[in-house]
Amino acid sequence: MANSTTEKTRLTQAQPVSVMAVVAPAVGWLIPGAGHMIQKRWIRGLLLLISIASLFMLGLAMQGRIYKANGGDILDILGFIGDVGAGGFYIVTMAKDWGQGAIAFATADYGTKFMIVAGLLNFIAVADAYHIAIGKKQ
Amino acid sequence: MTITLNHFSAAAVFALFASIVFGITHRDTTRDMVRYGLYCFAMFLGGVLVAGWAMWVLRR
Repeated sequence: MANSTTEKTRLTQAQPVSVMAVVAPAVGWLIPGAGHMIQKRWIRGLLLLISIASLFMLGLAMQGRIYKANGGDILDILGFIGDVGAGGFYIVTMAKDWGQGAIAFATADYGTKFMIVAGLLNFIAVADAYHIAIGKKQ
Repeated sequence: MTITLNHFSAAAVFALFASIVFGITHRDTTRDMVRYGLYCFAMFLGGVLVAGWAMWVLRR
């Protein structure tokens, strides 16, 4: 009982906002897993990088389509929001003009979804890096 | 380079990487991370199998 109260007190008394609380999420968005690595959570960061990068690159290799920030219908906007979560991977893909999609391949739709989910998972990872930075999580 | 995965392979790969991320971000200790990641993986694949059989039943 006392341990759970102490634990709750520790969690609610998070450290004040620091430079790392801004830098870690920013770096973590740009390079998946880097937000954890700069806080010396090397294995977690490496696993996040491998997982998110693999999903995104598999999506590209499966001829998936990348969404652009040009509006369009609501599904295109949602796809863009997902894709942009991948950070640097999205930037490089747009710069190289990859991710044009291929209707001819049945698995291209899976590829599109892989890339969107990679971005969304990176958003989760960024939030986790932030929580570590503010002391809410070890 | 084009990679072609069949439906189950795509689901398995998706489940693997999503489970790793979920395990790391949703738990605190290493042991809990591994356990939750394995749980998520089982749920992902189990859901795929259940959904597949449900569609087979609906089609009949």
